[in-house]
Amino acid sequence: MSSRAPDGAHTHLGASAYAHQFDSAEQQHSASQLGMWVFIAQEILFFGGLFVTYTVYRFSYPQAFAQASHHLDVTLGCFNTAVLIGSSLTMALAVHSAQLGQRRRQTLYLILTILLGSIFLGVKTIEYGHKFHEHLVPGATFLFPDGDARHAQIFFSLYFVMTGLHALHMVIGIAILAVLTVMAWRGSFGSAYYSPVELTGLYWHFVDIIWIFLFPLLYLIGRH
Amino acid sequence: MSAGSDHIVPIRIYLAIFAALIAMTAFTVWVAFVDLGPLNLVVALGVAVTKATLVVLFFMHVKYSSKLTWLVVTSGFFFLAIMIALTMADIVSRGWLGTPGG
Repeated sequence: MSSRAPDGAHTHLGASAYAHQFDSAEQQHSASQLGMWVFIAQEILFFGGLFVTYTVYRFSYPQAFAQASHHLDVTLGCFNTAVLIGSSLTMALAVHSAQLGQRRRQTLYLILTILLGSIFLGVKTIEYGHKFHEHLVPGATFLFPDGDARHAQIFFSLYFVMTGLHALHMVIGIAILAVLTVMAWRGSFGSAYYSPVELTGLYWHFVDIIWIFLFPLLYLIGRH
Repeated sequence: MSAGSDHIVPIRIYLAIFAALIAMTAFTVWVAFVDLGPLNLVVALGVAVTKATLVVLFFMHVKYSSKLTWLVVTSGFFFLAIMIALTMADIVSRGWLGTPGG
């Protein structure tokens, strides 16, 4: 794509300008991309700690983990997986239409992404509600009559921390998407400048990847 | 243009990836109810890794990104692998030698 040339005097923001520490808009673009990937590499390890904890306890108490996993709702989990994959598609399409400078389309796709993300969080809220109702929240009221309650509690602790941290990432993502939607509607992004949409896309897809692993590990173990 | 960082991916590729991800989700749910013994975990993780790879390569544009981006992405997963491998090397091997005097 051909980027519009900077207008000589560098304005601070805007479709064709770049900050003074960069040689070109392209350099600024690849630097911001790299920065986002470094952040995501850090996020991989941040969530990685929890995945390691899960692996250790799953290895140590496979029976209790399988029993506890049976109390999660596969249908809701599967539905949410599809919703989140759908939101990744609309996010990718939002970046695509930003690259092509289609203002209305990118706004629409950003709104769709927010909607799908909100549906995911809504379903998650219902699931959390069920767990409270069924006394499956770790703590004084935890009840697990059909087996190894002590170690089932570890499973549910991990379930709430991992899905909770994932949900927190989504809430932050939705807040950023809301700001982007307004900016996109006002025409802030076009073929020469769309880094904010692209970087938010990277973040959103990363959050999707976390769920791609959480779903089988939490919902599908020991189903057979 | 710089190292493909602004590569525009055709919409049909996004749609194909989306369809593949949905199909693999359906498959992983179905296969979870079939008894494959220890292979259940292997299949579930295999599907998850494949799905994640598709997202990283196409939705996140890494397939079209610079070598430097590849390096950062790979190092992120590499260090995760080290963390998991070394921790499990400890946990799995703890019982192997028995307890002194036990």
